[in-house]
Amino acid sequence: MSAVTEVTPPAPAEETAPPSGGSARTRDRLRHGGLALWSVLALLYLFIPVFIVVLFSFNDNQGRFNFTWQGFTFRHWADPFADPDLAKALTNSVEIALISTAIATALGTFMAMALVRYRFRGRSTVDFFVFMPLSSPEVVLGAALLAMFLTLNINTGFVTVVIAHVMFTVSYVVVTVKARLEGMDRHIEEAAMDLGATEWTTFRKVTLPMIAPGVAAAAMLAAAISFDDYVITSFNAGQTQTFPLFIFGATRQGVPAEVNVLATMLLLGVLLLMAGNVLIQKSLARRDTMRAD
Amino acid sequence: MSLNTRRKLLPWLFIGPGLLWLLLFFLYPLLNQASVSLMTGNPEQGYDLTWAFHNYWDAISEYKEQFGRSILYAGVSTLLCLIIGFPLAYFTAFHAGRWKSFILLLIILPFFMSYVLRTVAWQLILSDDGTVVSFFRTIGLLGDDGRLLASRTAVIAGITYNFLPFMALPLYVALEKIDPRLLEAATDLYASRTTAFRKVTVPLALPGIFAGSLLTFIPACGDFINAALLGTPQQYMIGNVIQSKFLNILDYPQAAALSFTLMLFILVGIFLYARLLGTRNLTEAAI
Repeated sequence: MSAVTEVTPPAPAEETAPPSGGSARTRDRLRHGGLALWSVLALLYLFIPVFIVVLFSFNDNQGRFNFTWQGFTFRHWADPFADPDLAKALTNSVEIALISTAIATALGTFMAMALVRYRFRGRSTVDFFVFMPLSSPEVVLGAALLAMFLTLNINTGFVTVVIAHVMFTVSYVVVTVKARLEGMDRHIEEAAMDLGATEWTTFRKVTLPMIAPGVAAAAMLAAAISFDDYVITSFNAGQTQTFPLFIFGATRQGVPAEVNVLATMLLLGVLLLMAGNVLIQKSLARRDTMRAD
Repeated sequence: MSLNTRRKLLPWLFIGPGLLWLLLFFLYPLLNQASVSLMTGNPEQGYDLTWAFHNYWDAISEYKEQFGRSILYAGVSTLLCLIIGFPLAYFTAFHAGRWKSFILLLIILPFFMSYVLRTVAWQLILSDDGTVVSFFRTIGLLGDDGRLLASRTAVIAGITYNFLPFMALPLYVALEKIDPRLLEAATDLYASRTTAFRKVTVPLALPGIFAGSLLTFIPACGDFINAALLGTPQQYMIGNVIQSKFLNILDYPQAAALSFTLMLFILVGIFLYARLLGTRNLTEAAI
C-alpha cells in the first residue's frame, strides 16, 4: 500500500491565498491522478477474487481439489449440474429466494406505504422496530430464531429457512420502498381522487405504477440477500442444503469447479439483466423525447 | 364503522401482517433467547429456567478473548474500509464524470457472486504457494516461512474485503449530495483546499461515514465466515463460538448469553457512536 501517502485527501500544505498559477494546476492534476489510481486499486481489490473464481471454473483439475492451476478446459462447463447434491442445493436456494421474496415484498411494501402516508400514533415506534433487524448482527438473529424453534420443538428445514429469510429481508424492502415513496408527488394521487377515483382505483392505477420501480428494486435486493445468505440459514436449515451452505460444507474436501461455473453463470445472468434494463430505459427515454418533439 | 375509526384502523391494516411477522420471528425469539440464556441443564436431559445469571459471567469471562478479537478485527476493518472507501467514493462523486454509474455498478457487482465462494477464493490467493506470499517473501515483508493464510492479517483483509461496498456506497450517497458551490465558496473566501476539505466536505459527509461505519462494523462483529475460512482457532471470533455452541456443542444457555451480550454491546455502541458524531436522528442517518 505505497500509494497511501500520495492519495490521502488532505494533500496540499496550508495556504493563505487561493491557489493560482501553474503550480496549483499541477497539484490539482496530481491530486486528481492520485484519486483515480487509488480508485482503480480499490476496484481491483474488489474484483480479484471474482476473477479467480471465474478463472478456476476453467481449471483442468484432478478430483475435487481446485487450488492450483492445471490447464485450461471447458469440461466443467459441459455439465455443471453433474453433482446431484449441488443441483439440489441450487434448486433449494432459488425456491427459497423466490418464495421469501414474494412474501417479504408484499409485507414490506404495505408497511412502507402506511409509514410514509399516514400519521398515526406509534408510527415512529414501528419505524424504529423495522430498523432493528438491520442493526442486529446476523449471527444473533439466526441464533435467536433457532433457540425459539428448539424451545417450541419445531423441526428446522425448508420452511424455517423461508421464515427466517422473510424476517430479515422485510426491513430492506421497507427501507427501499419508503425511499421511493418519499420522493413521490402526493398531488397526483389527490388529483385522481378529486376526479372521482375511489381509494382502491387510485392505488391500482396511480400509486402502484409510480412505486413499481422501487418495489422491483426492493424485490431484487431481497432475492439477492436471500440467495446469498449463509449465516442465518446455517442456523435454521436443519438437513436442507442451500447453495451457500453447500459451498461452505465443501471447503474441507475442496469446492468442486462446477460451483465456480454456476457462480460465473449467475454473475453473467445478472450482468445481462442489468444491460437489458439499461437498454430498455434508454429506448423509453428516446421515445419520450421524440414524443415531446 | 364510522369514517373516523376506519381512518385510524387503515394504517394498522397495512402494517399488521409485516409487523406480526417481525413480532413472531424477530422480537419473540430475542425475548425467548433472553430466557434461554438464564437456563441450566445439559444437552441430554434438557434445560430449565433457573434464572442463572452466572451464565453471563461464565460466558463472558471464558470467551473474553474472542469478544475482544471481534471488536478489534471489526474496528480495524471498519477503519480500513473508510481509508480505502473514502477516496473511492470521493472520486466517484466528484471526478468520475460519465463513468459514475459504471463505477457504482463495479462496486456492487461482486455482491452477485456468492460471499462464501469469494472468501474461498481469498484462501487460494493467500495460500502458502500462491503468488502473493512468494512476492511478499521476495521483498522481505514476510520471512522465508512466513504465512498469510491462517493469520490475523488474512482474517482482517477478508472482513475488509467483504464489507467495503457497505462503506463505499453510503459514503458516495453523502458526498454526491454536497453542492460543489459550497466548496467554491470556501476557497473563494480564502480557505485552503485542506481547510475546505476539513471544514466543509468532512462535516457534510458525516452521515455517510456514520451509516457506512455501522453497516460495516455491525456485520463484521458477528461475522464468522472469514475467521473460519481464512483463520485458525487462534483467530476465532465470537460468532464462531456462538455458532459452534449452538450447532455442535448444544450448549444453548451459554450460546444465548453470548449472543445476547453481543447484541447489547452493539446497541450501546450505536448509541454512543451517534452521540459522538452528534447525530440527532439515528434511524434517518443510518438509512
